[in-house]
Amino acid sequence: MPGPDKETDLTERIEAFLFDLNRGGSGAGPLRGSAETARETTALLRRITAQARWSSAGDLMEIIRNEGRRMTAAQPSETTVGNMIRRVLKIIREEYARSRGSSEEADQQESLHKLLTSGGVSDENFRQPFAALKPNVIEAINELLTELEGTTDNIAMQALEHIHSNEVIMTIGRSRTVEAFLKDAARKRKFHVIVAECAPFCQGHEMATSLSKAGIETTVITDAAIFAVMSRVNKVIIGTQTVLANGGLRAVNGTHTLALAAKHHSTPLIVCAPMFKLSPQVRRLSFLSDFYRYCEILSKVNVHCPVFDYVPPELITLFISNIGGHAPSYIYRLMSELYHPEDHEL
Amino acid sequence: MADAGEPEGPERKDDIVKAKQEGKELTKEEKQRLRKEKKQQKKSKEKKDDKPSRDSEKEKKPASAASPAPQTPTQPPAQKAPSAAPAPVPVPASETPSAADKPAKSKAELKAERRARQEAERASKGKKGDVGPQAAPGKPKAPPSELQPVVKRLPEHVQVDNPEVLKKLAKKLERQQTPEYNAATKIPLRSDYGYKVSLFSHLHQYSRKAPLTQQLGIPSTVIHPAIVRLGLQYSQGIVAGSNARSVALLHAFKQVIRDYTTPPNEELSRDLVNRLKPYISFLNQCRPLSASMGNAIKYIKKEISNIPSQCKEEEAKRKLLNCIDCYINEKIVLAAKAIAKYSIEKISDGDVILVYGCSSLVNHILCEAFEKNRKFRVIVVDSRPRLEGREALRRLVQKGINCTYVLISAVSYILPEVSKVFLGAHALLANGYVMSRVGTSQIALVAKAFNVPVLVCCETYKFCERVQTDSFVSNELDDPDDLIVTRTGTTQLEHWQEVPSLGLLNLVYDVTPPDFVDLVITDLGMIPCTSVPVVLRVKNVDQ
Repeated sequence: MPGPDKETDLTERIEAFLFDLNRGGSGAGPLRGSAETARETTALLRRITAQARWSSAGDLMEIIRNEGRRMTAAQPSETTVGNMIRRVLKIIREEYARSRGSSEEADQQESLHKLLTSGGVSDENFRQPFAALKPNVIEAINELLTELEGTTDNIAMQALEHIHSNEVIMTIGRSRTVEAFLKDAARKRKFHVIVAECAPFCQGHEMATSLSKAGIETTVITDAAIFAVMSRVNKVIIGTQTVLANGGLRAVNGTHTLALAAKHHSTPLIVCAPMFKLSPQVRRLSFLSDFYRYCEILSKVNVHCPVFDYVPPELITLFISNIGGHAPSYIYRLMSELYHPEDHEL
Repeated sequence: MADAGEPEGPERKDDIVKAKQEGKELTKEEKQRLRKEKKQQKKSKEKKDDKPSRDSEKEKKPASAASPAPQTPTQPPAQKAPSAAPAPVPVPASETPSAADKPAKSKAELKAERRARQEAERASKGKKGDVGPQAAPGKPKAPPSELQPVVKRLPEHVQVDNPEVLKKLAKKLERQQTPEYNAATKIPLRSDYGYKVSLFSHLHQYSRKAPLTQQLGIPSTVIHPAIVRLGLQYSQGIVAGSNARSVALLHAFKQVIRDYTTPPNEELSRDLVNRLKPYISFLNQCRPLSASMGNAIKYIKKEISNIPSQCKEEEAKRKLLNCIDCYINEKIVLAAKAIAKYSIEKISDGDVILVYGCSSLVNHILCEAFEKNRKFRVIVVDSRPRLEGREALRRLVQKGINCTYVLISAVSYILPEVSKVFLGAHALLANGYVMSRVGTSQIALVAKAFNVPVLVCCETYKFCERVQTDSFVSNELDDPDDLIVTRTGTTQLEHWQEVPSLGLLNLVYDVTPPDFVDLVITDLGMIPCTSVPVVLRVKNVDQ
């Protein structure tokens, strides 16, 4: 029977995905990029939409929310999973609203007046079944997937607007987005790149070898030399793990120091981040999770090895995303377009 | 001269005559200077900008004092240095009739001036530029005080991109051998290794795997074995750290002095100094000298040349050894005690102190404070590739101090817990900048952003008269292969030399601006960063 088989197949896939997420976080499995995670999450959500049993939008949203909670619990630091889930929830809401034919499309909280007059939480319960909802939702998710495929290219296309010739650009660690960005600019312009190696994982080394093979003049420096060479740097271009709702970043270890050094020398700090990294979280004091991958022999010593840094929005000059460039103060608007406020807490 | 030549009222004849005399002296001096200057123009182009303006200035002044008419056509061409040479020619031509009766006097004055200048040159730090003496003859009554222009020649180790300087160094190393040994036993010139980042092409970059001692013949008869061993220890990083290097240097010199015998017909005070020169060049080739080592060497040379000639050899040697011991005791050991005493006042119970790398002085302070029963815990920050923090960690944990260890990229994570930052210094520069291990300025920056006080501990013998504003112009490049790391069996940068556009940069030092530093604790007391030139001046007056 196709029904239960599909169900078990679906559950299997979900379990496999959760397992991968878990492994990826603990360092045992291969580290995957956020783009890949986003794509896989969206593909899995499409499959859930297609194969799970639901009758109304509300049911679907419930299912997705439950699965979403499990996924985010498997790997709390991988925020793209949660972001994709919220995007899909918003898609479902929109499709539902469109099916109902109401003008709820315009009910984004665009004006304070509407907020006041609308009078609190809308009494939608999404219980009305619509036949066309399923294919619509799946089509919308397909569009989302196409968008995800093209994010890196979209960002890289903007490279020539931001890099002129004979510049010295500094970056830290390894970001596939920044790599594509710089390689695209290198096709037409000649510039130097300084890569901070970002100990202890030293992902900067991979970045440097990859860039230098593309013919870009690259230099590897230690983390300690960031401030020392910053005076000769024209721009700092970095990637990030997450963009927070206030415009701040959760980025790889050492980014805060880099941002402070750039601020001291008034060097612009540009963050290349696709929209799927935008997360409605704000900084919580406990989220600098310590991954102890580094053991000292002496038992009387505490060792800290944080993986991420928080960078406040005032140190950032520009965000370059697949839909263009934005100032950090605009991020909250973008967020309100991508996610519905009720979905912020899954 | 400028002052004398300036009075636009050449009303008094004496003034005119005086000015003409001084103008004539100046021009003769200037001719010599200009000849030398032309030779130097090929090497240092920056002096070209200074000199023509100064030449033209000085040309204008005697010209204005003397008859203005014949001089005005020469003034515009005098803007360029090459034409400044023909410019003095018409001046003495017009003035010889008036000054013809006083050539002997002016020559004697010239000679006296020259001798005075040479004494001044010897007294100043041993390096002199042309600009200095050029200003001096222009002011025969200029005060010979601390305001003497101290424009030093650029040291060789920051002119690696200049092939002429390298040739000169090679010749100097050849010359620095005592005459009785043949030319084969000269001090070898160490060659650079690997691709140098273009911003640093003016500095040396050596490989640790090719120490200088491999190029020395056996037996090395030019260099004392203690010095050879010291050079090897420096270049391999076995002896590292500003204080350790200075102390090791002084001990090696003590050994040299013990083994020294004055050759016949030579004076100890002069010969010993000449003996030390090749050793110093050799050590410089092994690893560039630090500021503390430079000051120690200056002290020794001064002590040696102050030995009276009638002093017997045994007594002289004993005296020198005593001097060296006193220096070590005073400047390093007792200074550390004094600094520890001051610092302990700054450490209160419940403090969380952040230290960076391994500074012998800071470790000493923390151990002393712990013995005086202060309750605090320490966070040791470390950085690749040297990982010196592990040594500091070992020493502190052995004492029983509660320690935490992080890498420098985690500094902004850990800093909210920190109450004070203690940093060591390699040297303190005359403009208030702190030269220290690379990464120090970064820690000071982040500490400032979190409003945590930064205290630098430094002995006064490390104060240095250089000025520097960034970490590029004068630095040390360590072996770039140190950056290669193997993680989980894979090395990314193993074949970095084969990739043409890839460079590795391993800096050793950086400079911290004085606005990041809140206090400097020295053996003379607790001073702000900007008081360093005051201390230097006081020290110079004392000596």
